[in-house]
Amino acid sequence: MSARNRELLALIPAALLVSVGFAAVFLSRGDLVGGLGGRNEISDLSITYGGIFLGLCVAAHLVLRLTLRDADPYLFPLAALLACFGLVEIYRIDAALARQQAQWFVIGLLLFSVAIITLRDYRVLERYRYLIVLGGFLLLLLPRFFAPVNGAYLAIRVGSLSLQPAEFAKLAMVIFLASYLRDTRQLLVTAGRRVLGVTIPPLKHFGPMLVIWGTSMALLFFIRDIGSSLMFFGALLAMLYVATSRLSFVVVGLLLFFGGAYVVAGAVPHIADRLDAWQHPFDPQLYQAGTSYQLAQSLFAQADGGVLGRGFGQAVLDISGLVGGECTSTVQCSMLPAPHTDFIYAVIVNELGLTGGALLLCVYLLIVQRGFKIAMLARDSFSKLLAAGLTAVFALQVFVIVGGVTKLIPLTGVTLPFVSYGGSSILANFVLLALLLMVSDRARREAGVGAGRRRKLPGRAG
Amino acid sequence: MNQPIRRLFWVVLAMFAALLGATAWWTVVRADELNTQHPEQNARALVRSMEIRRGTIRAADGAVIARSVRRETGFYSRSYPLGELFGHPVGYSFVGRGQSELEAARNQDLMGERSALETTFDQLLGRRQDGYDLYTSLVPRAQRIALDALARTGQSGAAVALDPRTGAIRVMASWPSYDPNSIRSEQALREMNTDERDKPLVNRAVQFGYAPGSTFKVVTAAAAIDSGRFTPRSTVDGDSGQEFSGVPLANDYNQDFGQVDLVTAMVKSVNTAWANVGVAVGKPTMRRYMERFGFGSKPELSDYPRNAMSASVIAPDPPGRPVPATSRYVDLGRLSIGQGGLDATPLQMAQVAAAVANRGRLMKPYLVTRVVDAEGRTVERVRPKVQSRVMKESTAAALRDMMVAVVERGTGTRAAIPGVSVAGKTGTAETAFGDTINNVWFIGFAPADNPRVAVAVTVRGVRGFGGELAAPIAREIMEALLRR
Repeated sequence: MSARNRELLALIPAALLVSVGFAAVFLSRGDLVGGLGGRNEISDLSITYGGIFLGLCVAAHLVLRLTLRDADPYLFPLAALLACFGLVEIYRIDAALARQQAQWFVIGLLLFSVAIITLRDYRVLERYRYLIVLGGFLLLLLPRFFAPVNGAYLAIRVGSLSLQPAEFAKLAMVIFLASYLRDTRQLLVTAGRRVLGVTIPPLKHFGPMLVIWGTSMALLFFIRDIGSSLMFFGALLAMLYVATSRLSFVVVGLLLFFGGAYVVAGAVPHIADRLDAWQHPFDPQLYQAGTSYQLAQSLFAQADGGVLGRGFGQAVLDISGLVGGECTSTVQCSMLPAPHTDFIYAVIVNELGLTGGALLLCVYLLIVQRGFKIAMLARDSFSKLLAAGLTAVFALQVFVIVGGVTKLIPLTGVTLPFVSYGGSSILANFVLLALLLMVSDRARREAGVGAGRRRKLPGRAG
Repeated sequence: MNQPIRRLFWVVLAMFAALLGATAWWTVVRADELNTQHPEQNARALVRSMEIRRGTIRAADGAVIARSVRRETGFYSRSYPLGELFGHPVGYSFVGRGQSELEAARNQDLMGERSALETTFDQLLGRRQDGYDLYTSLVPRAQRIALDALARTGQSGAAVALDPRTGAIRVMASWPSYDPNSIRSEQALREMNTDERDKPLVNRAVQFGYAPGSTFKVVTAAAAIDSGRFTPRSTVDGDSGQEFSGVPLANDYNQDFGQVDLVTAMVKSVNTAWANVGVAVGKPTMRRYMERFGFGSKPELSDYPRNAMSASVIAPDPPGRPVPATSRYVDLGRLSIGQGGLDATPLQMAQVAAAVANRGRLMKPYLVTRVVDAEGRTVERVRPKVQSRVMKESTAAALRDMMVAVVERGTGTRAAIPGVSVAGKTGTAETAFGDTINNVWFIGFAPADNPRVAVAVTVRGVRGFGGELAAPIAREIMEALLRR
């Protein structure tokens, strides 16, 4: 079976999941704490949703069939699976949000198609690498000019829209690094002097790396967010390691990061608070002050779910019905803050239990596995570094947010890719997916894994 | 470059394993602690309890005493259609106010709580947890009569009626009463809690002990006859003014009876005669028989919170605390006529009557007869259990005859029911306010030859005697219960 036919077949379970998921949410609508009042019946709307979803995916699939016929067949269905899972979960939290998310999903698929069609050869990106990295920095610094959200400068509010520029900045950084490291990887290793078994690369070539380290520290300082700095710097180290095979770079990098983070945490009260809340989420004082409220509730929600979960629509999210509809603050009325964005993993574990959480992590792991597979299959260094970098930043994002809500690492406001509500996140991740598929198409065609029908390789653009 | 990519994948794998481990840590290892140990931060358990339809509590005739109603907000809350009628035995259950009485003692059943295994099955099958319904032995008609009669006295009081053959509680009334529906308001609860005059939330049937007075002579007689020390025909000195523990003891109206047999002493309720009997029986024997009747420990009523019941004890002053009957502080003569610091609850005195009625075998008291699940299947059927063998059948028969005589020609004639043979004993205990203000009692059972109901009634702080004030109330309750 050709790759594209496999992809088409693999989309069916995702569409089924949408139908079944919506049906489950409709059924639980009659329940009490689901947050949705209403009748206890299955609407044929669930099938409509499934149909529309399948239609959209098939459209995107046709784009792939026409343009990237050899690309990895599993990536897109896996992403679609995550997206529809997120859509059902968001619908269960708030129907209006789900409608917006569905719109973002359509726009995301459009952007996905546009990226693939216009950027047939992704290697043109190399030419604009400095422009891209500059754009990335500007995007990162943009929120500094707006009011902070939850004490961090991660998002900008424009009217009712909330944008997270960091989502796009992460792509810019990976593209730049892939290109830069392709040129310098040999020099970083061979031109360096070895001191005590550690390779010290020449400053000329390592300089930009230090710039990036400095940037993540500055990020930590300006954006006040440990998680996204960890995500950026982690991706940098992963790519550096892939490019040079030098573990010493990673070790030195990590030491630099944690050393820097220690200093910055002491200087920025907001980060110190976050660390305090992370260490003692149930401390009554921190809880009362609201610092550890979110994390404590996230952990309570997960404990409430247990092994099998409470079932779709059964998480206690809103207790306004209890206090008679008069809420003086969100802390009083909302059991779990930001359930549709930062804490969607906690809601999922609450409703589907450890089992649901494990399955979700498995889907992410499968995407990561496909991503690294593409990187290994790719022939040229830029493609390898790009695929590995994109996959690493994707995996790190999952690690940072899930680790945050499970108290593995300090809590951070990044989204769960494809699942959380959020336009920027959906769009950026679809572009990430498009890039991976483009690398995959070329790699598989060159390796002869694809459809078998050899086509003339498109030459480098220009 | 493939080797580092492969290694990178292993690193990601390890990181995801850590995520899974962290999730498992909170959902499995520490789940119980988080779900139960942080009530002030984690309201989920409370909210879930309001999602569940709490079981209905029904009277013996099927009437609904308590039911859960789904409100507009989507949550269930409790409603008590019979109002104040069963406020005391059944109690209340409201979020933020807590639970009391039967609602508290049988909370697990009312919430439909099962074993962890069953709960997991239910979760898998998507079944909703539903509370179990409780069928009680309470009789609304008799309860109404008891409560109205107590209210008419204008004073506080209580009445308990049991089926002596099983221990099933038919009536548990306490006045002043309260309407459990009103507890929904926090302010109402606060006002009732601070009402020092009426104390409406106190269940006087099980919580307040009063000196049982002459009704306790039944216990003294049981000890005297069952131990073989006396027979109903034995005679003792019944003159007024004899000294006990160095203090003269008077009979009613200072009447001298001379040498009287035990039957006459019971019928005329001769204080000095029974004080002599008690002294002759001795403290160890009195203690043994009191313990068999249940004195000295809390009632074995498992359908009621233990901390909401009082034991019936001897608390003389000095030492001002409960002591056993064998204590040197106990004035045995006065104890034998239900004074000397003895405090008994109406439930305890009803059990005294029930033990005599059931041929010497005291049954464990209970309120709930049957537990039924939402589909109507019986989950638990309560079987009557013997609490203790208090006395021989022959002793019980002798006591019955003496108590029948009390109602036929003694102090308890106003408890007589036409066509039914009633056994009983009156009691009039002087209070701290002198001999005009008394706590009056009546205990009894009927029909005497095949008892179906045993009863105890007390009214506090009234002018008059037990035979005048408590006996008619007891008669009304027994009549209502026998008519069924």
